[in-house]
Amino acid sequence: MAGASKQATTHKISIFDRFAMGLKLHRKNAVTCLLQILKHPANSLLTIMVLAIALALPGIFYIVTNNAKALSGDWDSSMAMSLYLEKSANENKARELVADLLESAEYKSVSLMTKEEALEEFKQNSGQANALEMLEENPLPMVITIVPGDENISPELLQNRAAELEANPLVEFAILDTQWILRYQEILKVSEKIGSFISLLLAIGVLLIVGNTIRLAILNRREEIQVIKLVGATDAFIRRPFLYTGFWYGLIAGLIAALMISILSNLIGSSASRLAELYQSSYQLLGLSGTQVLALIGIGALLGLVGAWISVRKHLKEIQPT
Amino acid sequence: MIEFHQVFKRYEGGHEALKGVSFALQSGEMAFLTGHSGAGKSTLLKLIALMERPTRGQVILDGQNISKAKDRHIPLHRRKIGMIFQDHRLLYDRTVFDNVALPLIIAGVAERDIPKRVRAALDKVGLLNKEKQLPIQLSGGEQQRVGIARAVVNKPPLLLADEPTGNLDPELSAEIMSLFEQFNQVGVSVLIASHDLGLIARLKHPVITLKDGRTIRNDLTEEVVA
Repeated sequence: MAGASKQATTHKISIFDRFAMGLKLHRKNAVTCLLQILKHPANSLLTIMVLAIALALPGIFYIVTNNAKALSGDWDSSMAMSLYLEKSANENKARELVADLLESAEYKSVSLMTKEEALEEFKQNSGQANALEMLEENPLPMVITIVPGDENISPELLQNRAAELEANPLVEFAILDTQWILRYQEILKVSEKIGSFISLLLAIGVLLIVGNTIRLAILNRREEIQVIKLVGATDAFIRRPFLYTGFWYGLIAGLIAALMISILSNLIGSSASRLAELYQSSYQLLGLSGTQVLALIGIGALLGLVGAWISVRKHLKEIQPT
Repeated sequence: MIEFHQVFKRYEGGHEALKGVSFALQSGEMAFLTGHSGAGKSTLLKLIALMERPTRGQVILDGQNISKAKDRHIPLHRRKIGMIFQDHRLLYDRTVFDNVALPLIIAGVAERDIPKRVRAALDKVGLLNKEKQLPIQLSGGEQQRVGIARAVVNKPPLLLADEPTGNLDPELSAEIMSLFEQFNQVGVSVLIASHDLGLIARLKHPVITLKDGRTIRNDLTEEVVA
């Protein structure tokens, strides 16, 4: 429209002024929208709390899986293998096997528990000593306990070693302490997938909630929007305050979600370390790091902005001056 | 300033509001648009402000065929037109000052220039002392003058008014009309839709009369004189 640019010169506005004014408007919009939320907390409190909960749930889930992973990480280093020998096996042959195994540098320690030692341990730990004395001979087999030299050896590799050793005629069967860790890790993987899916659903929920809140705000200001359009406001001008409102909603909700999570992890943290003490472990509950708190707030703000954007795009077009 | 060439407007649902209207308003000219309600006055004004698009024909503003303007050009187009409504269309949660400042803020006028220009516009309509009040605290005539101040604050070359005196008593109506004449005297083109025939007859300006979407009286030329 050449006419438009020609006419615009009747009251000249320099490019610099336009730019400076644009920046000022952004700042003004950002501040007024924030103040509006803070001044009338009752209006937005419900929405923000729902958003905060929707943001906090994936955060809590993250902490739970993260801790569960950290726990299994501790166990990985205590992986060991037990070889149960045939009952008929000769003790000298067993000692030879131990010596052979020690020769390969692969293992950190290889130790033999004789039938007598096994019986002794059983008596001490089970309190069933009397029951065993009734038996004529010692029913317990010899056991060779092997700790791999490489702490980070993969469970699969260890499994292969176990199968090899089982082939030895002295060995009745080999048991990996890690088998249940493997299952545990598989369960973790599955629950992580479920967690990501739920987080995705909750993120969509946040978008919808913000979108709906902004939709109501737009409808509430329908007449005002009509008037502003009549006076020549661009869509960007009308859009801006709504986008900032969505942004602040998300950001504040993210803050509250971070607060909720830190309160929760503090509450659980002390009892978790007491529980760990009972297991002779110095395990500490992992909360959210500073970066993760920032990420949570950032994700909240981004979701708020995007939700508002979607809503504004859809509904501003419908409002035309009549 | 404005040219209509055989403009037809049919609304969805089949109602034909304009049936081949042609006229031309010269730059700096002031004219009245009359006719019974439903004759097509509002539709005609809406076509100029791009609140509606013609079904057929051309609406030309400043040499540009605006019927084909893209949606994103509409805001810039509207900034060249000061619009005044029967129901004022003010923002009732904002002060008089803020209402009048709105077009300047929208146009991106530097903040330091805004108070000066708002007060100049309020001064012209005689409301300088009411800038801090809310529209609701003002009388109908005063509210209309706020609407006029808002329409002229950005110094648009064209003023459109839809029944600006519709709710006012004769004395106030005359005051409002003389305001429009003052703006016209400094070169602003003015088109006023009104059914106040008595008032129109007293003011010596060209008249276009619509009936059932057709022009039955046209004091204006049909072409813009270059």
